[in-house]
Amino acid sequence: MTEPTSQAARPTPTDHSATIKASLKRRYRAETRFRWYGRIAIAFGLAAVLVLFVDIISKGHGAFKTTHIAVPVEYDLAQLGVRDLNDNQQLALADWDALFKSGLRELLPDVSGRSARRELYRMVSNGAGYDLKDRLQANPRLANQREQVWLSADDDIDTYFKGLLDGDPYTARVTEQQIEWIDELRSAGQIRTQWNRNFWTRGDSREPEQAGIWGAVMGSLFTLAITFALSFPIGVSAAIYLEEFAPRNRFTDFIEININNLAAVPSIIFGLLGLAIFINFFGVPRSIPILGGLVLTLMTLPTIIITSRAAIKAVPPSIREAALGMGASKHQVVLHHVLPLAMPGMLTGAIIGMAQALGETAPLLMIGMVAFIVDIPQAFTDPATVLPVQIFLWADSPERAFVEKTSAAIMVLLGFLIIMNTTAVWIRKRLERRW
Amino acid sequence: MQASTLLFIVIALAVFGYFSGYGRSLKVAKPLGSIRHLHSLPSYYGIQTAIWCALPALALLAIWQLFADTLIHSYLMAGLGELITDQADYNLTLNRIINVASGALPATGQSDYVVAAAAQLNSIAAIQKWALTILVLTLCSAGGLWSWRRIAADFRARAAVENVLQKFLLACASLAILTTLGIVMSVLFESIQFFQTVPVSEFVFGTSWSPQTAIRVDQIGSSGSFGAVPLFTGTLLISAIAMVVAVPVGLMSAIYLAEYASPKFRRSAKPLLEILAGVPTVVYGFFAALTVAPLIRDLGASFGLNVAAESALAAGSVMGIMIIPFISSLADDVITAVPQSMRDGSLAMGATKSETIRNVVIPAALPGIVGGILLAASRAIGETMIVVMAAGMAANLTANPLEAVTTVTVQIVTLLTGDQEFDSAKTLAAFALGLMLFIVTLGLNFLALRIVKKYREQYD
Repeated sequence: MTEPTSQAARPTPTDHSATIKASLKRRYRAETRFRWYGRIAIAFGLAAVLVLFVDIISKGHGAFKTTHIAVPVEYDLAQLGVRDLNDNQQLALADWDALFKSGLRELLPDVSGRSARRELYRMVSNGAGYDLKDRLQANPRLANQREQVWLSADDDIDTYFKGLLDGDPYTARVTEQQIEWIDELRSAGQIRTQWNRNFWTRGDSREPEQAGIWGAVMGSLFTLAITFALSFPIGVSAAIYLEEFAPRNRFTDFIEININNLAAVPSIIFGLLGLAIFINFFGVPRSIPILGGLVLTLMTLPTIIITSRAAIKAVPPSIREAALGMGASKHQVVLHHVLPLAMPGMLTGAIIGMAQALGETAPLLMIGMVAFIVDIPQAFTDPATVLPVQIFLWADSPERAFVEKTSAAIMVLLGFLIIMNTTAVWIRKRLERRW
Repeated sequence: MQASTLLFIVIALAVFGYFSGYGRSLKVAKPLGSIRHLHSLPSYYGIQTAIWCALPALALLAIWQLFADTLIHSYLMAGLGELITDQADYNLTLNRIINVASGALPATGQSDYVVAAAAQLNSIAAIQKWALTILVLTLCSAGGLWSWRRIAADFRARAAVENVLQKFLLACASLAILTTLGIVMSVLFESIQFFQTVPVSEFVFGTSWSPQTAIRVDQIGSSGSFGAVPLFTGTLLISAIAMVVAVPVGLMSAIYLAEYASPKFRRSAKPLLEILAGVPTVVYGFFAALTVAPLIRDLGASFGLNVAAESALAAGSVMGIMIIPFISSLADDVITAVPQSMRDGSLAMGATKSETIRNVVIPAALPGIVGGILLAASRAIGETMIVVMAAGMAANLTANPLEAVTTVTVQIVTLLTGDQEFDSAKTLAAFALGLMLFIVTLGLNFLALRIVKKYREQYD
């Protein structure tokens, strides 16, 4: 038998299975650990989203309601010194604050002393007198009549009262006397919170209870309208040129390099461009939506060009060949066939670009859209601010009530962005064709 | 006539031109039998007429609007001659003249030459308005008429229209070059002016930054020093903190989503993470300033640490959260682009999944990942609102993340918001900082795109 000898000559194979088995446990542990790192990373990201939204909503939800005090008002024209309600000069000179001051004294008759009265008057918003004036002007029949008006309370009273309703009042900015009065009013049902109309209908103000976002929303709308009107046609044209007509040469390459780089240039640089070129060189006035729209156009163009090119690329060549075969010119092929088919993708890109422009702040700070503007802009050439800049301005304001306002404005801004992005997703899902 | 009214008239004339061109082409075609005998479809003749009607007139209008005021003003000021010498005085006088002319400023109490110049301005303005109206309308009708008369059966209207369209498309595409040129010019010219007063070496290597220049000559303690090193280090510190937060989180979530997650989980988790990229930066700034910064300060205080109210850590970590989706989506793209065969090979050799990822997938995807990280870093450096709202104003030269530092972008915003004279060293410094920012981000982007491109060629 030769078997044993040959077996002895062969070297015995070393058995690795033992070492592998020994290390397996460690390796599987490493595997589990690695998976957990991934899970933790995703949990961190999702938690950040959650915390961000919960934080903003918990800070801002209160701003949609505001405290109002019911004050009896008698529009005594003789006392106001107004004879003719259409005479603006008389209206401007009249002491409108006297209307709610006497009403407040009537409401809380035992308040005496100058300083106590001053504290009492301070419970109502600074702008309450003007509110009453507007009310009387809109309703001349109220002249010399008595009525009960729900006047908006001062922002500190508002903060305290809303805190009181939530069981956690913030007392640092109200006096003890004011707290007593609020209790008195509350038991009489003369103070309540109601839907905050000012927030939706007014422009900016130094008084938190008078400040609203409507001015900023209009400014954003005007600015975005300009941005869309310029960037969509220009972006689509540029994309068509680059995808369908551009010859392969150095110049085309140079254009592409420029577009790619512009897409990554910090937005604040576009603000510098707007300041140096549009304002100082061409003399465009500061702070107007046209200027903001121009700067945002340059900023969003790369995004729109890149997405439009992708949409054009997705149109299969067979469509072009069929149209060319039927005798269409190259331009007719593009305008009649490629463009309509690529339109949903282009629109999606445009909406995403607009969402980007809507949230942009930094370049607009450079071109003066950061001004304090009370009036609601009515045209493309009125000085305006935009929603994110309004948020920035309010976030910088020291009054505590502005924290709430800022968060509420952020909620509105995020609401707009969510609507825009879901529209974009919807368009892509419903209208885009897969080939 | 107002420029806007003029614009409407030109557009109306162009529409009229379209229909008359259309009608004439039909009329030309009638004796020949049908429109088959025309070279182009009737609408092309219409468009051709409309283009010739509107385009030259609009071009003139645009050029006039851009340059007329500047020309008139410099003509006026040239008339004043030696009365005005330096730049500040020039602008002041010009503004006064304009205001007197428009009636915003009462003429009484102004110097004689201002009143005279204002009267001159008013008369020139009236003349130029009429001249503009007449010129534009003449050009409009002449162009339209000329084009209308050219319409004939063998006139190649389609080729002419397509030629104009082609040029328009090219112009739109070239706007990207113009924009880059505009950026470069706007930051470069002001920077050159700045570097004439402050030497480049002081700006790049100086360690003290206090841009308050003296308003009065005899003012003390505000000579203004423009050493930008504290700004650079501050920017680097905050960006580094952001990258420390964003790179591991972004990378690990990309790996998990690409390699481990079930398709269902991936479909819901990915868009949720990408919400972070869609949140406006001003919202992050508010979050950092009002929630994260106090939190970090209280946390530090409970450990006995003294944390600044506007610590670099707060701004940096929130910026990191903002950047997570950039890194994760870029990394996700390159990881999924790694061919499956490479994973299969490694798994077949007995490697576990994590070993495959660490030793095969990541090395293969590394250039793409590095490119993505560079892009994210350039975004962190250029990010403005978070640092404006949550980082400090004072230029501290420190590497301690618990102290307040300032960044390049914060300084640009503080130097340029509000009204100030445009030519002071203070505002010019902002443009010099802008130039630095542009160069650095451009370099990073360029590098990143190159790395990504190089990598792509490997597997295609």
